[in-house]
Amino acid sequence: MSEQTPSQTVGPFFGYALPFERGGEVVDRAQPGAIRLHGRVFDGEGIGIPDALLELWQPDGSGVISRELGSHERDGYTFTGFGRTETTRAGDYTFTTVTPGAVGGGAAYALVTLFARGLLHHLFTRVYFLTPDEVPAAVAGDAVLSKLPPERVPTLLAVADGAGSYRFDIRLQGENETVFLDFDA
Amino acid sequence: MPLSTQNEINREIAAISAEARATVEAGGTPELHPRRGYAPYRSSVLRHPTHALVKADPEEIERTSPAFGHTDVDSYEADLTIQHPGEPLGERIIVTGRVLDGEGRPVRNQLLEVWQANASGRYVHKRDQHPAPLDPNFTGVGRVITGDDGSYRLVTIKPGAYPWKNHTNAWRPAHIHFSLFGTAFTQRLVTQMYFPGDPLFALDPIYQSIVDPAAQQRLVSQYDHDVSVPEWAIGYRWNITLTGPKQTWMEQDDDHE
Repeated sequence: MSEQTPSQTVGPFFGYALPFERGGEVVDRAQPGAIRLHGRVFDGEGIGIPDALLELWQPDGSGVISRELGSHERDGYTFTGFGRTETTRAGDYTFTTVTPGAVGGGAAYALVTLFARGLLHHLFTRVYFLTPDEVPAAVAGDAVLSKLPPERVPTLLAVADGAGSYRFDIRLQGENETVFLDFDA
Repeated sequence: MPLSTQNEINREIAAISAEARATVEAGGTPELHPRRGYAPYRSSVLRHPTHALVKADPEEIERTSPAFGHTDVDSYEADLTIQHPGEPLGERIIVTGRVLDGEGRPVRNQLLEVWQANASGRYVHKRDQHPAPLDPNFTGVGRVITGDDGSYRLVTIKPGAYPWKNHTNAWRPAHIHFSLFGTAFTQRLVTQMYFPGDPLFALDPIYQSIVDPAAQQRLVSQYDHDVSVPEWAIGYRWNITLTGPKQTWMEQDDDHE
């Protein structure tokens, strides 16, 4: 029995090492059903963070978790469910993906992992894809959403902002601070 | 705001360490990870959540991880000294160890990524403006897939210490950045491996953000004479532990392979 190796910050200089070509394209943008998932990562003063790295991990559109190899190579066809992209100078990120299907009976969501200079230990959050009609039932039936104060629930919801486009901002601090998750409970 | 002096940073570090030590002596649990909000590391001040994290039971997507295999990485990517026509400058080293879960079982066939500064303490990154030379024969990026016993082995150059602007005369201890995937995404880890006996440990707010001295030591590699290769390279050993949530799911995960 040994103890967990501690985390350290990803630092400012990961940009030539961790991002890979088309890393944000979990699916090809020409694929039917492809969506844009985008947003901005904000610090405690409301400024976009230009040196953050985001990872997306999700099931496919029917709720199946891929076991395919090749997560760091984009052939344009194989769905591995994994994406990685860095933020722009403005703090913006974009993934091209599909709306995740529900795994089991729960609400459908993708896992988002955030790394950044200044962040000593990564943060996990979830982006749920729900229409306004679906929100009440999904909140009641989801183990995480149901225990949040109602005013914090929207921080985990993707907002449709166009045809096939969803916005999901991440706020590290301050008003509407995003809900971050601790799975070590 | 003017930069703090090293002495001011040292006082802040000492105060937090004393408080953490008192908490453990009073029966508190030692902290395994760094504190996300650690004021001596100035960049953390506006970049950590102020709400407590919400405890959640991982669901299936969080109990799995992207699948990797030996076809995902070329074998030569584990040697950072052969990526260019010439030999990089600096001290050639071998870094090896095993990636294990909290029960001591190997984390096999998972991706390990590394990146680092060169021997002069300079990164191949356009924002790194440290006036130290780039090495045309060293990029400082490597990848390896862990073996069946969870092992990995890298050949590289010992990175140099480098200055940064956290405070006046701030220097990072020499380190190699590591990124690891476990068998569950909850085990995901990005961290830094250090070298034994570095005089900068006590002065470095990133290292000191891990307030438990035993936990700090888990990031320090050990010199291992059995790893050194005669007439060729100095060897260091560093094992990595990825604990996760309760691990009953592992047998199920194996069914997919």
